[in-house]
Amino acid sequence: MAATEHGRTSHLPLIVIAWVWVTLPFLYGVYELVRKVTQLFTG
Amino acid sequence: MSRSAPRQGFFDLSRTIAPPSWSRWLIPPAALSIHLAIGQAYAWSVFKPPLESSMHISGKGSALPFQVAIAMLGLSAAFGGTLVERKGPRWAMSVAMACFSSGFLISALGMALSHYWLVVFGYGFVGGIGLGIGYISPVSTLVKWFPDRPGMATGIAIMGFGGGALIASPWSSQMLSSFGTDKGGIAQAFLVHGIVYAVFMSFGALIVRVPAPGWRPAGWDPRQVAEKPLVTTENVAARNALRTPQFWCLWVVLCLNVTAGIGILEKAAPMIRDFFVHTSAPVSASAAAGFVALLSLANMLGRFGWSSFSDVIGRKNIYRFYLGVGALMYLVIALTQDASKLVFIACAVVILSFYGAGFATIPAYLKDLFGTYQVGAIHGRLLTAWSVAGVAGPLIIDGIADAQKSAGKTGPALYTESIYIMIGLLVVGFIANELVRPVHDRHHEPRTDAQEQTPATVGKGE
Repeated sequence: MAATEHGRTSHLPLIVIAWVWVTLPFLYGVYELVRKVTQLFTG
Repeated sequence: MSRSAPRQGFFDLSRTIAPPSWSRWLIPPAALSIHLAIGQAYAWSVFKPPLESSMHISGKGSALPFQVAIAMLGLSAAFGGTLVERKGPRWAMSVAMACFSSGFLISALGMALSHYWLVVFGYGFVGGIGLGIGYISPVSTLVKWFPDRPGMATGIAIMGFGGGALIASPWSSQMLSSFGTDKGGIAQAFLVHGIVYAVFMSFGALIVRVPAPGWRPAGWDPRQVAEKPLVTTENVAARNALRTPQFWCLWVVLCLNVTAGIGILEKAAPMIRDFFVHTSAPVSASAAAGFVALLSLANMLGRFGWSSFSDVIGRKNIYRFYLGVGALMYLVIALTQDASKLVFIACAVVILSFYGAGFATIPAYLKDLFGTYQVGAIHGRLLTAWSVAGVAGPLIIDGIADAQKSAGKTGPALYTESIYIMIGLLVVGFIANELVRPVHDRHHEPRTDAQEQTPATVGKGE
């Protein structure tokens, strides 16, 4: 956590890491799902 | 001799109180790290065929770990809710992580030793406790951090439960392809699941915090909330909530909304194929699989989208929408039969988006009616409605379809009767929602001096 000029702690790096932590696997799941959905229109 | 204060453990609720600089936007990813993991339960079917061939068990036998897990989910959410409220989210998330991961590790041992009962006990019993505690663990914390947008906050988390299956299904399949589908391969896959989920969920337990007493978001005035109908600033304890008609009205609403959705979800692939079997363009097996995937997407997006919208139009109105429009969608399917594939798909998508949204919006509805005090515990008790619906929905659709098939019927006629039953259930749910009124004062917790006098700590901006 980086200290800001006001002496308060900035949690921005942690927020970014936390969202990336959950978003990456989620996007993988959505990507795989969308691939399957296309079968409805092509299959 | 001076007596020192007792040391606060890492899991103590007091150790998770957020400092003033803490951002509430760290709480949704903490919740998601739990729900994205435990949502794996809906992808159990990936393991069924390899379990059946390697352990020489029936389809019913391979479904047993999942069924025990879902039963334990309902029981642990219902009975563990008060403990979760008392111990706090870090403790609850850690217990969920320990149980869910251990469940996989015990199952891995079971496969390695060829003892299938260990898989049932591990994944079903131990892992199922992790599902129940994990499902309710972030709810109370989220609504406390987002009193201005509780629908959106719980929508994000509960969308994660739907998303968990989307991740686990292809991931588990790939793992089985790599390790093999014999006992050793499945044991390795379970082992990797246990380890990866332990790491993934631990991150959520580490970053979760509860707001300091009196904290509120910048620019948000609780008086604005008090002006909305049905939204209380009072609190009701979980044991008292069960004595209110409001709890049981919402129980009926959730149960019937889930029953209506799960009926389609569970039988989606054979249903679309049966519906259009007599048309000039019947639905292929792969297209039916695509339809199932589309419904999963609708289920997941509905959780976030409609639940967030409920913050704008109010909880009672959104459930009018889910139940009323849901019934209309079923009616359109019943009337159009196999006339249009597009209409059938569109109606099913809307119904499934309401199914997911019903789950995601209910914690915010509970918060509106009963306050934030023990909303997680109340939510846990309400999830028994899910267990009932999980049995009732498939029973109705499967039972009637089988009976119609035996009577020689084919095509949409297999489902017409059950569709009208679903419409009836949604109408009953609609009426139950109409009966929801503000909770009577006698159920409210007494206001403490601290509550009256604690100065509000205003949070940082967005």
